Amino acid sequence: MNRITAGRRHPLARYAVLLLALGLLGGFYTLAAPTSERADAAIASGRADDVAEGRKLFEQSCSSCHGLNAEGTANGPTLVGVGAAAVDFQVSSGRMPLANPGAQAPRKPTAPWVNDDTIRQLGAYIQSLGGGPVAPGPEQVDPAKGDKAKGGELFRANCIQCHNFVGSGGALTQGKYAPPLHDATPTQIYEAMITGPQAMPVFNDSIITPEQKRDMIAYIVGVREEPNPGGAGLGRIGPVTEGLVAWIVGISLLALAAIWITAKKRQAHQ
Amino acid sequence: MSTGTVPKPIAGTSSFLDDRLGAGNFLKRNLRKVFPDHWSFLLGEIALYSFIILLLTGTFLTFFFKPSMGHVVYEGSYEPLKDVTMSEAYASSLHISFDVRGGLLMRQMHHWAALLFVAGMMVHALRVFFTGAYRKPRELNWLIGVGLLTLALLEGLTGYSLPDDLLSGAGLRITEGVAISLPLVGTWITFFLFGGEYPGEDVISRFYSLHILLIPGILLALISAHMVLMWVQKHTQMPGKGRTNTNVVGAPFYPAFMAKAGAYFMFTFGVIALLGTFAQINPIWLFGPYTPADISAGSQPDFYMGFLEGSLRLMPAWEINVLGFTLPLSVLIPALVPMGIIMTGLALYPFIEQWVTGDRSEHHVAERPRNNPHRTSIGMSAITFYGVLWLLGANDEISSFFHVSLNWTTYVGRVLVFVGPLVAYIVTYRICLGLQRADAAVIGHGVESGVIKRLPHGEYIEVHVPPNEAIEAHVRGKTPVPMIAGTDADSDGIPPKGMRGPLGKLRAKMSKAYGGEKIALDDGHGHGDEHGEHAEVGPGKDDKSLTH
Amino acid sequence: MTDTNHDIEQPDGRVPRRVIGTPSPATGTSLLGTDEHHAEGVADVPGVIPQNEQTARKGERVAALCFTVTFLAAVAFVVSYVAFQVGDVETTQVSTLALGGSLTLALLALAAGIVVWVRMVMPKYNLVQERHPMASGPEAREYVAETFLQGAAESGITKRPLLRRTLLLAAAPLGVLPLVLLRDLGPRYSDFPSKLRHTVWGEKTKDGKNRRLVVEGTGAPIRAADFNSPGGILSVVPEGYEHDLNALAKATLILIKFRPEEIKSGTNKNWTHDGIVAYSKICTHVGCPAALYEQTTHHILCPCHQSTFDAADGAKVIFGPAARPLPQLPIAVDNEGYLVATADFAVPPGPSFWERGDAEAEVRENGGHA
Repeated sequence: MNRITAGRRHPLARYAVLLLALGLLGGFYTLAAPTSERADAAIASGRADDVAEGRKLFEQSCSSCHGLNAEGTANGPTLVGVGAAAVDFQVSSGRMPLANPGAQAPRKPTAPWVNDDTIRQLGAYIQSLGGGPVAPGPEQVDPAKGDKAKGGELFRANCIQCHNFVGSGGALTQGKYAPPLHDATPTQIYEAMITGPQAMPVFNDSIITPEQKRDMIAYIVGVREEPNPGGAGLGRIGPVTEGLVAWIVGISLLALAAIWITAKKRQAHQ
Repeated sequence: MSTGTVPKPIAGTSSFLDDRLGAGNFLKRNLRKVFPDHWSFLLGEIALYSFIILLLTGTFLTFFFKPSMGHVVYEGSYEPLKDVTMSEAYASSLHISFDVRGGLLMRQMHHWAALLFVAGMMVHALRVFFTGAYRKPRELNWLIGVGLLTLALLEGLTGYSLPDDLLSGAGLRITEGVAISLPLVGTWITFFLFGGEYPGEDVISRFYSLHILLIPGILLALISAHMVLMWVQKHTQMPGKGRTNTNVVGAPFYPAFMAKAGAYFMFTFGVIALLGTFAQINPIWLFGPYTPADISAGSQPDFYMGFLEGSLRLMPAWEINVLGFTLPLSVLIPALVPMGIIMTGLALYPFIEQWVTGDRSEHHVAERPRNNPHRTSIGMSAITFYGVLWLLGANDEISSFFHVSLNWTTYVGRVLVFVGPLVAYIVTYRICLGLQRADAAVIGHGVESGVIKRLPHGEYIEVHVPPNEAIEAHVRGKTPVPMIAGTDADSDGIPPKGMRGPLGKLRAKMSKAYGGEKIALDDGHGHGDEHGEHAEVGPGKDDKSLTH
Repeated sequence: MTDTNHDIEQPDGRVPRRVIGTPSPATGTSLLGTDEHHAEGVADVPGVIPQNEQTARKGERVAALCFTVTFLAAVAFVVSYVAFQVGDVETTQVSTLALGGSLTLALLALAAGIVVWVRMVMPKYNLVQERHPMASGPEAREYVAETFLQGAAESGITKRPLLRRTLLLAAAPLGVLPLVLLRDLGPRYSDFPSKLRHTVWGEKTKDGKNRRLVVEGTGAPIRAADFNSPGGILSVVPEGYEHDLNALAKATLILIKFRPEEIKSGTNKNWTHDGIVAYSKICTHVGCPAALYEQTTHHILCPCHQSTFDAADGAKVIFGPAARPLPQLPIAVDNEGYLVATADFAVPPGPSFWERGDAEAEVRENGGHA
């Protein structure tokens, strides 16, 4: 019992659970929609009660901003045509439902009602409204199957200008930002590329192929799990933290050393 | 003072050397050369020892580094870059990092030593500035120091560009963009530097010879000159008991100062090794090879170039075209003006101060910063100016870390770069006067003894006792800031010679403001009411809180 | 207001004296141990205050311990060098930690040992030396001046103008030699400014066709029909120049897909294809690749100095230090449906330079053509 509790806190536990969940989710899709690339087929084979359940969930949690029929309001865009992939990305990363309006929806812990089933149902409902990209299968996002070096070249060409060279994130205009990729699951990375959430542009499958996307995922996951051979990573954001360390650690330690070398010893009063 | 006979091997060697060099005379005069003791006097040694470590680690790196921009396909052991096309320079940097034992450690120590080299120079320069240690006869050494700082920036810039990773290339690109924007000579400079169009295939080998030969050679020569001048002129000392303008009090070079300097070298070396081991710096393998087509978010220069990056970011768009020629002012102004203000200001300060104070005498006792409030305020003002630019050089990281709008950091910075120095000046000036008043109180009223006494009429007071003599001597080391005598107009309203004309009047005015005694030490005697007499510099009632 | 009564006498030893500021050396030296406790071998010299023997012995032991640690750590360094091979990230991590850790320990222990030695074994010093004014005095100066003039006279340089003038003549061109030698740092300057104005987009391919746009990183040509998701962006390079850095430094593009109604008047619609617009990726400020694209606002942000361009409106500058919009590249599709450049940029891409001139104004005067 204790071992399980301790194991739950292990840093890799999150990934393990997520991978398990994704595996299950993906497995469902593979069973339910053997040709998962095709949106139509997904709708066709999506169970009718999923759509109905999804609609209920939508009305409870999403419709206040996105409109009763997902047609969009002043507070939220239309969701017709965004596809189940967008639903999975936004809801599984906790961005939706939105807690506070702001420049950008942050990643946060998911809402209590969110689980694999509800995401699937909600996705089925949105998919039924106007199609759109669907969530990728586990094969498609398996980092082990990608080529890191090729993915790295694409990552540097298309991603790092916003997300930084290892995906530590960066600033955009007017309070918007490119979020760090540290917590994004391979599926979420894939979904973000095909759906273009918020300010992020779209990288559709006809230009950056699914295999190439898997290469990029392999690179992103590989590099973020790679240890820092040179010591603490200092946030992996480049020279800013290095400069801070040089002053705060380096110069301070050396000033202390100088003080020790030159200090007058307290005179002992006998 | 016989302390035994000199052992034979030492006596033999030394007489061999003395027979040939006559070194005995030099050593006779210098072995017991006295060095004053103060922790801040060691700060410059951070830079000196970092430089030595840079030479050592740098030499190691040159054994493996290939300064070539020729394309190769990477076949080394870092897997995520396997089969990627890159320059030979980058491939060899990866080789140093992953295929040479101790290579990564040496690379990281080299980079940390570079940061500490510049940071050490900066803190040293600030110590010299704020204690007035640049005053006559040390102006030349101060100028050498300014030259060293400038060269160090150049040395850092060339070194930063060598590994040819994506980050270093971004720095190179900005350097090129700034250089080409210079009026008239811009295209010539970039053409010759890059051997044609950017990036070409020459710049890394050219930067390499600048970085490992030319600039370090000049640095070494200037550092030697800096040391020799310091040796000849003897170090300044802090005011204190028995210390005057005509003596130097402290420990002898041999053995005490030598040992201390040796220990500090080991500390510097040790701290750099510590950083090189436990803090990863410039992970080039994560950046990927350079291509002018790509860039990472948060691409930054090393810290010492941050202020230039910040000023480029702050500047609003401005470009003018005259007669078919282009003047990109939004590049030129931020790239040249702050650097010009800081470096020229540093270089000229000793001479401007002399002109304002009319002081031509030698100074060997350092001033406490509070005792020259205008200088200290000007220094803090400059630090603030530099600091705002520096901070703004990292505004994207600030924006992303603290979740504030990127654009607002720029707007705020545009205001702060002007308002900040002004506020810093005023605040520092008030603090200096406050500290002077506190000194006057120590002299006049003594220090709190911790003993409470009840007076006959029932009042409780804390007994004040005179400060210990070391402190008193330190405080009494204060001398008034010199000023030009007789700037005032005579009875006919005619100012003295040299004080006429707008420049002369300005000089007289500045001299009066800059020089003189703001808070006299011995005013503090007796009762608090006496403080009213220097109410012109600050409300006398402040003194209550300081003295009681 | 209470006054301080200085007349209250306190026994000196009972009153703690507050220490502020920088203490001066040699305070209370008289309190040190008496002569018989002095360390051996220290002569009785004024300003040299010997340590008492007890402290010195303790210092010796501590310093010796430190030096021993240095020895052991240095041995550990050598052992680590032999024991830990490198070759990938994990082994490099271990090797760096072992080598660096032992080196750090060795150096810091040595430093600490020496400090202990200085502070606990060596005497305290309060030596005083006189300073003398730096100036060498009138006599010496006079002598130098006289000797200088005498030497000049002896050499004949003052009296013999022919000698002097020809020497100057000889020196002048010699000083120029190094500068002349630097000329070949670059091959031909004459066509350099015009090179800055052109990119490979203006050149046809070998078989005389318009040059295709290809995806950076894969080199695949782009079918306009495939680049069909509004809000899409792509980093694009010229076909045949995928690894030519000189070409890429001017010719790299960002390709953006708009819904046709989003494109505003600043963008030249004749140069677009089906809502696809191509802009130079090279920032007009100092040349960083500007490619942080926000599909919601159509802002392109340069990460270096945060110049912001409105991609929907001809990439005009809306924030930051860049003064000119990102140049737009005229594109179309070839008969296979792939995107191609129909001409070079109308204005020079990248950072401004002296000879550039107001190319944008010329283009406007010529009705949109260079």
